[in-house]
Amino acid sequence: NGMLAAAAALLLLAAAGPGLGPGPGRADAERAQQDSLREELLLSPLPAGDVAATFQFRTLWDADLQRGAVSHYRLFPKALGRLVAALGVRELHLALTQGFWRTQAWGQPPLQAPAGAELWVWFQPTVTDVDKAWKELSNILSGIFCASLNFIDSTNTVTPMASFKPLGLANGTDHQLLRYAVLPREVVCTENLTPWKKLLPCGSKAGLAVLLKAERLFHSSYHSQAVHIRPICRDASCLAVSWELRQTLTVVFDTFAGGQEKKDWSLFKMFSRTLTDACPLASQSKVYVDISPKNKEKELLEVTPTPASVHEAVVQGERRTYAVYDLLSPLLFNTSRSLNVQLKWKRPQDSSELPIPVLHAQRYVSGYGLQTGQISTLIYNTHPYRAFPVILLETVPWYLRLYVHTLTIITKGKENKPSYIHYQPAQDRRRPHLLEMLIQLPANSITKITIQFERALLKWTEYTPDPNHGFYVGSSVLSALVPSVIAMKDVDVEQSPLFTSLFPSSDGSSYFVRLYTEPLLVNLPTPDFSMPYNVICLTCTVVAVCYGSFYNLLTRTFHVEEPSRGGLAKRLANIIRRFRGVPPL
Amino acid sequence: VVEGLALLDLGVSPYSGAIFHETPLIIYLFHFLIEYAELVFMITDVLTAVALYLAIQDFNKVVFKKQKLLIELDKYAPDVAELIQTPMEMHYIPLKVALFYLLNPYSVMSCVAKSTCAINNTIIAFFILATIKGSAFLSAVFLALATYQSLYPLTLFAPALLYLLQRQFIPIKLKSKSFWLYTTQYAALYLCSLVVIICLSFFLLNSWDFIPSVYGFILSVPDLTPNIGLFWYFFAEMFEHFSLFFVCVFQINVFFYTIPLAIKLKEHPVFFMFVQLAIISIFKSYPTVGDIALYMAFLPVWSHLYRFLRNIFILSCVLIVCSVLFPVLWHLWIYAGSANSNFYYAITLTFNIGQILLVSDYFYAFLRREYYLTHGLHLTRQDGTEAMLVLK
Repeated sequence: NGMLAAAAALLLLAAAGPGLGPGPGRADAERAQQDSLREELLLSPLPAGDVAATFQFRTLWDADLQRGAVSHYRLFPKALGRLVAALGVRELHLALTQGFWRTQAWGQPPLQAPAGAELWVWFQPTVTDVDKAWKELSNILSGIFCASLNFIDSTNTVTPMASFKPLGLANGTDHQLLRYAVLPREVVCTENLTPWKKLLPCGSKAGLAVLLKAERLFHSSYHSQAVHIRPICRDASCLAVSWELRQTLTVVFDTFAGGQEKKDWSLFKMFSRTLTDACPLASQSKVYVDISPKNKEKELLEVTPTPASVHEAVVQGERRTYAVYDLLSPLLFNTSRSLNVQLKWKRPQDSSELPIPVLHAQRYVSGYGLQTGQISTLIYNTHPYRAFPVILLETVPWYLRLYVHTLTIITKGKENKPSYIHYQPAQDRRRPHLLEMLIQLPANSITKITIQFERALLKWTEYTPDPNHGFYVGSSVLSALVPSVIAMKDVDVEQSPLFTSLFPSSDGSSYFVRLYTEPLLVNLPTPDFSMPYNVICLTCTVVAVCYGSFYNLLTRTFHVEEPSRGGLAKRLANIIRRFRGVPPL
Repeated sequence: VVEGLALLDLGVSPYSGAIFHETPLIIYLFHFLIEYAELVFMITDVLTAVALYLAIQDFNKVVFKKQKLLIELDKYAPDVAELIQTPMEMHYIPLKVALFYLLNPYSVMSCVAKSTCAINNTIIAFFILATIKGSAFLSAVFLALATYQSLYPLTLFAPALLYLLQRQFIPIKLKSKSFWLYTTQYAALYLCSLVVIICLSFFLLNSWDFIPSVYGFILSVPDLTPNIGLFWYFFAEMFEHFSLFFVCVFQINVFFYTIPLAIKLKEHPVFFMFVQLAIISIFKSYPTVGDIALYMAFLPVWSHLYRFLRNIFILSCVLIVCSVLFPVLWHLWIYAGSANSNFYYAITLTFNIGQILLVSDYFYAFLRREYYLTHGLHLTRQDGTEAMLVLK
């Protein structure tokens, strides 16, 4: 308690810096190092009765990590700050996900991540050896987050040319400074959640982070935790740079996993905890509940306790209404010591009300046998009259040999030629395939992209311990600017909720969406693992047969056979025969 | 090849990936001919057969002349009349050779699969034709082309040289000046044409990328796709520590039979060429049935050795059964999933042993016939009884 009070005092001191400082220079220095924390929880009910909870913790730090030697870390975690400074990182995005976001059933995700671990990083132009920095970075992150990110090496790293643009401030975009890797086989568990929680300024002791209990979080259909670090403009004039660290955690609770018959949710049912206070270090701590009516007239959801205010925003092309609970306002905890937001369905949902997302995709592998196969991606554009382009990025491991001459893209029965293709074929054991295409999706259409591949036989040490489980192919990434039905105003980052300001919006008529398809599981032909010694012996025997026959024929000549007296056996036989009285051999 | 052309269309070097391993001249050739691919492969097969026909026709004349010379010089024993080849029985041999090549199920399969091995075979056939006709220049050019396509025909330099020396009546003595003169001439022709072809490929695609992709690939065997050879499973089950050692051993194995065979068979360079072709087809890093079809086409030329072959029935049964079992066990492993890679590997082993024993059987029969020719057919021991011949 004393510590929290001291922290709160420090915060006030920092905020009142200009008034208390001895001189303008000193005040500037103190103001320059100001950092702030905003935390927010967004509860959105999904069709079919599930509910998605998205936590966002944003630490904004007005320091220049690249230039000055920063030694005093307050809210910004020292581990990540030193990482950014030492390795010349401009932007870092790491996501660890368990499960798959079902876009067709749940709608467009606010922020999606592919199954497994995904890491993409923009380096500063001052970094000379990007691959070395990338390797060091993945190893250090592997240690910080207790994840097997050290398996990221050149066989699963690619340099995309079009799909990943910097989300923060950028001076120029030399794509050689970008690296992207995905580990689809990575499993996310409590071990990964604990270090992630440790990076939060309040830890998991106060504020919204008290809800993050591992046993409930992993009992869900989808769990994704991410860390995003990027530089942003400090103010409107953009003369100085601030560093923003966003930690997001998205979890989808599902009615069947919850084991309840009624689909009513509450914070206690989801997390087995309730909120008691805000994080004292946070400047803003809010809970938003999506109570948008699906039809214009009737409301779907009833929220208790009654929200203090209601916020309206246009998010992802739709007008949405949110009930707001401000944990820092003193009125909230007047009536009860804890806040347990409860969501009750007023009426059962109709399947006809399920919103169809404008852009969604699915991917599957087809074919039979262990020699060849085909990867098919289906992209759906359900917008009634607008066509828009989408960039598809596919990373396929080297042991599935793609044949780019079999690449076909068919929309509405006709061939659809992509306006931009960047294909980098794989090199055995060194580099995966990289296929990036810009495809125009006509309105209300389904586009099918197919490519055939051949499966390679690997060396026996290159198989995983369970080779017949199969090999994972990472999700493909679809990036698009989806046209929105309702015009969106430019949002002021400080005033609006965090979930609206993740992707920079260029204009009000479209919003940026990044979707991921399913990861694939592909079987490869396996040699017999119990036979290395046998195989070596047998093959060398065959070679020796050849060598032996040829050696005989080359070094020996024909001779007439001389009658020999016979060997020992013959002589013994002759002795026995003499005794028997039989003529000798 | 289609993949290489598609990559070229996309603006990516075909050698930046790991799928395309053909030489730039093949890309250039198929850039124009890809529409008529089936026709191209049929024509190459016909060209190979025609080249072999003409070559063997010429070779028969040479053999006959040499035989006549040796009979007049009284080099043969008196009672070997039945071993001498007559023009009558040699009349149909070229036709049989051409038919053996065209009707061989292996060459039919190779043609249907549109394997570029057919083009390699054509070049080697033209090389043989040029050598037997005696044109050193053409022979060097075709040998350079064949080496450029797949590295192994380099070993055919020795039999070609021996044949050309014989034709020029230059004795093969290490001290002879004319021997060295001719050898250096031929070697210079060969190396110059090879250099010209490689530089031409460089200018076609403006990069040296093709060298590691084509030759590095042949020599270091990175791709372990199952084929009818011995290498793939061996390197799939190899301990990483030893893989470099065994790659070197296997590659040396193809090349090191050349010198001993040259010493033993210096009088018979065409048979030497046949044995060398067989060794290449068995031990090359990525053998295909097209290579087998080429050396099997030569078998009618040695049909007079039939009476000395020891195991020909068993070996032909082994080869036929293995050829039938290859697709069956492949299907069981890859598609049905009810068999293991070991089944297919076992058939690979048996097939290769069959081939090796076939070649060594023919070699044995050849040497035996030579012995009989000089020492007489009916050998008697000192006490007058029937003698047995052994290799000692």
